[in-house]
Amino acid sequence: MSSIKTSTTTEQNTDFEVRSLDTMCINDSALQHPWWYNIKYLIAGILFGILLVKAEVVSWFRIQEMFRLQSFHMYGVIGSAVMVGAISVYIIKRFKIKTIHGEAIDLTGKKFNKGQIYGGLIFGFGWALTGACPGPLFALIGNGATVVIVVLLSSIAGTWVYGLVRDKLPH
Amino acid sequence: MQFQQWISQPWPWYISGPLIGLMVPVLLLLGNKHFGISSSLRHICAACLPAKIPFFQYNWKKEIWNLVFVTGVFLGGFIAATWLNNAQPVAINPALAKELSGYGITNYSNLTPVDIFNWANLFTIKGFIIMVMGGFMVGFGTRYAGGCTSGHAIMGLSNLQLSSLIATICFMAGGFVMANYILPFILTL
Repeated sequence: MSSIKTSTTTEQNTDFEVRSLDTMCINDSALQHPWWYNIKYLIAGILFGILLVKAEVVSWFRIQEMFRLQSFHMYGVIGSAVMVGAISVYIIKRFKIKTIHGEAIDLTGKKFNKGQIYGGLIFGFGWALTGACPGPLFALIGNGATVVIVVLLSSIAGTWVYGLVRDKLPH
Repeated sequence: MQFQQWISQPWPWYISGPLIGLMVPVLLLLGNKHFGISSSLRHICAACLPAKIPFFQYNWKKEIWNLVFVTGVFLGGFIAATWLNNAQPVAINPALAKELSGYGITNYSNLTPVDIFNWANLFTIKGFIIMVMGGFMVGFGTRYAGGCTSGHAIMGLSNLQLSSLIATICFMAGGFVMANYILPFILTL
């Protein structure tokens, strides 16, 4: 019995290692939901997509303005988003608010590694070139900029190559 | 009709920013999910071409919510273009407009400059660097950094993570160097 327990723990820890480097949730939901429960994420995604377009944060022009310090707009958007996000996270932590399904909310953060510096700089280059981070790529394609499909495929290729050479990179 | 016209204008930062920030608690409350987009690219790799690479060996189906979410972002972009479009050119800083006109970028009818982002341009050096290499750096860099603007700059900073602050500073530093010192050269190609 005890050996089974140990192996399970090890497995979870490996999982944690893999996941803590990523944006994935570290905790797994123990609850099983029917597939259509995912529609809630579709609706959230639709609202986010509309927001990205109407705030014009998907615009290459706005990104150029931001990096050239020619407009406050992007700083206002990101700054106020972080303010609202931080207050929400504080409230969730402070009052131990649970999900709509009654599960505890886990807010374990990402640990620092050198990838955040090197990868961050590389992403910064790509962001200024394409004028888009990953979210806007999806929104722009929906918005009718079909050639952005190529940018998205390139970014998938970039992620794939990162996975391939990951062990050789400093972290 | 009046409402549709009103809502179809670009939304000011003090409306759109806080609403974007609300994505953080919404996803946490809906199902304990951390707001982040770039991991969807990893799940697509894991689902379509894992190629025995350890980084892609995990049960991506557990993360299906993230793929559903980005499908929603795509649909949101479509909805905004179809029903919430005021068909006005993007209003930008005159100093930037002046500079860009020097590179032949004069069309502001779309959110992306069609003078650069068009299919024919894919086969020019300038277009290839901006679209193909730029996209590659977005995918490679975000995964190397462990997140993008949503995962680090918004979710991570909201959670007061030092790692996300460092990542965000590096995003901005990389973007500053590219936009001010390298991109002007690329645009002349």
